[in-house]
Amino acid sequence: MRMPDLTALLTATAVFTSALAFAAKADEVHVLNWKGYGADEPWAVEAFEKATGNKVVNDFFNSEQEMLTKIRTNPGLYDVVMINAAFNDQAMDGKLIQPIDVSKLPNYADISKDKAGSPMLVHDGKVYGVPWVWGLTALAINDKSFDKPPTSIAEMWDAAHKGRVVIRDDAVEAVQFGAIATGQNINDIKDMDAVKAKLTSLMPQIKTFWSSENDWNQMVASNQIDIGTYWSGSADRAKTHFKLPVSLVVPQEGAVAWLDAFSIPVGAKNVAGAEAFINYMIDPKFYVEWVTKVGAPVSANTKAVEALPEDAFNRKVMGDPEVAKRIQFQAPITDAQREAYLALWQQLKVDVK
Amino acid sequence: MAAATASRSGLRSALPLLAPAYLWLTVAIFLPLSAMVFFSFMTELPLSGKPWTFTLGNYATFFSQSLYLTLLLASLRLGLEVTLWCVVIGYPAAYVLAKVLKGRSREAIFLLVILPFWSNGLVRIFSWAMVLREGGILDTALNAVLPFKINIDLMYSYPAVIIGLVHSYVPYMVLTCYLTLQAIDDSLIEAGRSLGASRLQVLKRVIIPLSMPGLVAGAALIFVPVVGSFMEPRILGGRTGTFYGTVIEDQFVAVFNWPLGAALSFILLAVVLVILAVASPVLRRAA
Repeated sequence: MRMPDLTALLTATAVFTSALAFAAKADEVHVLNWKGYGADEPWAVEAFEKATGNKVVNDFFNSEQEMLTKIRTNPGLYDVVMINAAFNDQAMDGKLIQPIDVSKLPNYADISKDKAGSPMLVHDGKVYGVPWVWGLTALAINDKSFDKPPTSIAEMWDAAHKGRVVIRDDAVEAVQFGAIATGQNINDIKDMDAVKAKLTSLMPQIKTFWSSENDWNQMVASNQIDIGTYWSGSADRAKTHFKLPVSLVVPQEGAVAWLDAFSIPVGAKNVAGAEAFINYMIDPKFYVEWVTKVGAPVSANTKAVEALPEDAFNRKVMGDPEVAKRIQFQAPITDAQREAYLALWQQLKVDVK
Repeated sequence: MAAATASRSGLRSALPLLAPAYLWLTVAIFLPLSAMVFFSFMTELPLSGKPWTFTLGNYATFFSQSLYLTLLLASLRLGLEVTLWCVVIGYPAAYVLAKVLKGRSREAIFLLVILPFWSNGLVRIFSWAMVLREGGILDTALNAVLPFKINIDLMYSYPAVIIGLVHSYVPYMVLTCYLTLQAIDDSLIEAGRSLGASRLQVLKRVIIPLSMPGLVAGAALIFVPVVGSFMEPRILGGRTGTFYGTVIEDQFVAVFNWPLGAALSFILLAVVLVILAVASPVLRRAA
């Protein structure tokens, strides 16, 4: 019974002392991620610190641009950075991240092949990002407003929900959502006018533009909204953790999917600690605990998803092959595209005033 | 000659008193603001590590897209409306505080006026969100009292933004007006009354003119920050909550385009300064 504890203790002590021998601060792992997104869970940090002797120092960003600027302007400060796969190219081109020796990550072998081999993360056979979790920007509904869940994205435009629809205040997401509603490929939008017309007709339906999970959950809790765009992990968290009447709907037209991955910045001082941290983040044990305690997106590690109960949302709904067929993963977009999307989105918001 | 020496020595003795404030202003306001002026003429933020050059493009963006002008006008209108409501609500309160209440009761009311200052702005706004929404405190309370059913859902609307902003800024108006009203000698009012002026005439001919500096100062203190406000519109305004300030915030926070955000801010600063410059002779005459 006491064996694992003893081993863990011995390993921890060994790692700790050897780290001490090299440099005073080498046992710190500086992690850059969104706030409240797994890596900064106190129980996780504690478990990792106990197992490896590394001390985790979390830092946060509010936008991908801010994240890129932080690693650019603080070379050597961060050991692990969470980068959305669509931004991996940009980070690699800017020589901000280094190839990862995946042989040091025992859990890497269990990552699903399509995610691990994603051309967004692997360049010239070198791995620049370790897939962590993925999720959807789909629709979520207030269960009190529906007898049976809708199947089509057109529900957002239904006059019955006028003034009770929400959408996230994010230009890229809004435009890609418009692309799905007009039957287009989110990564290759041919008919931008159709997207604009579709979103223009959506605007009068909108109650507000949400920007955080808390906004969404509060509006459902006070029964102010019927339907809106929402992240899959957040919808799950709202249902299981906050016990709110929220259900995720993956409409037949499709949904936007994103993949988050961990990278190691160029000049990281504690690469070994970074590898240990990333390995821990993709570990089934951490993942199951994260899902149960907090609610989380879908792990890229197939073993981690299999460790969930049969009927778990992330296994049953998100693992459904029918869903997999409908979703479209976000690919990198250029700065020019991003600015054009923002201009369109701001114009829509001004026109509806 | 003697006067010049005196004033110089006066300055010298005042220097130790002035230095901390000016040093602080230089370090905390002038330097960051100059950096922002510098950024507003750049193509890229130097922090981003990408090559950059000087450009007027950020300022040109304001003029090339009608949406910025539309939003600026909307924000100026918001500033005017909020200022007006602050006068309507704050001035009578200041009058009562200065001229009617005395002693303990004045202290108590004064405390109530200043109380909003002591709470965090975000907390104030979120408490308004609880009050204003459908099924919120206002809705429930009114329906509990009234015999008929009414539906109050002010949340996510323009009135909600006005309410939130007026609540945040009305203390400025009360305080500035209170100071000038309190300085009015009561015997002036009594003289007016004893010479046959009605209460209204006294108000129009004596009290308002004499308290005008306070009104003007309060209006300027309120108008300027409201025009650039972003937190209240974003949280309370919903679909109608897009203003000039929120667009600037987007440039800084969401897309990390500091140069454009800085340029938009300085255009706002210029417009506000022009408005104050144009208004000041009129207001000074009135005062």
